[in-house]
Amino acid sequence: MNLEAIKSEIEANVPGCRLQMVANPSPSGQHSLLLDAGHAVAVALYLRDAADLRFDFCSNVTGIDWPGKEGSQKIKVRKLVDGLEQEVEEVRTTTIPGYLEVVYHLYSVEKKHGPLVLRMRTEDRHAGTHLPSLTPVWRSAELQEREVFDLFGVFFDGHPDLRRLLMWPGFVDHPMLKDYIDPDDYEYEPTAHDAVLRRVNRHRSEAGDR
Amino acid sequence: MDETLKNELSKQGILTTTLQELYNWGRTNSIWPLNFGLACCAIEMIATTMARYDLARFGAEVFRPSPRQADLMIVAGTVTKKMAPQVVRLYNQMPEPKYVISMGACAISGGPFKQGYNVLKGIDRYIPVDLYIPGCPPRPEALIDAFMELQKKIDAQQLTGENRPRHLNAGQPSEFPVPRFGEHDLEPARNPAIWKPPLVQIAQTGTDESGSH
Repeated sequence: MNLEAIKSEIEANVPGCRLQMVANPSPSGQHSLLLDAGHAVAVALYLRDAADLRFDFCSNVTGIDWPGKEGSQKIKVRKLVDGLEQEVEEVRTTTIPGYLEVVYHLYSVEKKHGPLVLRMRTEDRHAGTHLPSLTPVWRSAELQEREVFDLFGVFFDGHPDLRRLLMWPGFVDHPMLKDYIDPDDYEYEPTAHDAVLRRVNRHRSEAGDR
Repeated sequence: MDETLKNELSKQGILTTTLQELYNWGRTNSIWPLNFGLACCAIEMIATTMARYDLARFGAEVFRPSPRQADLMIVAGTVTKKMAPQVVRLYNQMPEPKYVISMGACAISGGPFKQGYNVLKGIDRYIPVDLYIPGCPPRPEALIDAFMELQKKIDAQQLTGENRPRHLNAGQPSEFPVPRFGEHDLEPARNPAIWKPPLVQIAQTGTDESGSH
């Protein structure tokens, strides 16, 4: 099914929802729909229950960490220079805030179509990482949302059993975040190179056993 | 006892032995492994016990599901940090004499997951390992070879003297501290009494000291 058609169909049937197409520029062209957190459950319920869509199977849930970026732009600004209005180039630095993204892959077993790719984004990377859980809609999302919570730190509101899945309960980090620093156990690296070599050397200089 | 006299006597139909030989002979030929596997290496371990490779030829077919009845722990597979305290606890619960085979790249060093966030970089950081089998996973022949090496090792053990094994030396520990789950890692990250990092020289070419990790 055409994603544009699905998007306009959802917009017609779920009032107030804000959807956005996220284009995939690669040859696969697997474009996706970005949901707003407020209407995500309503949209998910519509996708599951609408007679012509029937996305009854959520095959995959995953997380993506998008760190904040600093970009600089050259902008031409009209300014008064020496009493004359001139066009002057100014460099402006902009910070694009980072966010966490959760991606759902949906299929319809009944209608034999799919995948439909849904995305949701958090406001921030460390604080304000709450998103609605889609486990009440697709039960198969339960463990995978727990994994995203464990490794990325996304809190799924409405999840029936949001605990860590791979790491232990007292663990405080979220290892799949880009700024995760793994524990300093670099005593023995037989074939260290690149980033690992830097870690080994730093470990050795700090331990003083070099 | 003199070796030539012993041979002469056995030719005459008189068998002589020592308590040490009898003791080691019995232990060598009935090593009962712990019925315990962690990852894909366990599949090879299972294959080793089945008819084709037949570990029963070495008296080790009885895999015990309880650590209380086992002599040998085959650490077959990836030891995750979440699993490591349980592995150490199982080892502590085994009665002496007990032996450990570290099977496969993961159990030796963390293997392909060495730089991962949740895999222990070698079980020898917490418990003493008698034999290492490299491989990913090692073939059943390699496990059988390790088994035969272990048998040789047991056969050569002295009951008395300075070099007597741990289980006959009251001064040596038979239990090892179980690591706790910390906020960032297992605590402690290793047991310094039994594991010291091997000395390796790392080539300094292309070193970037200033860069972040």
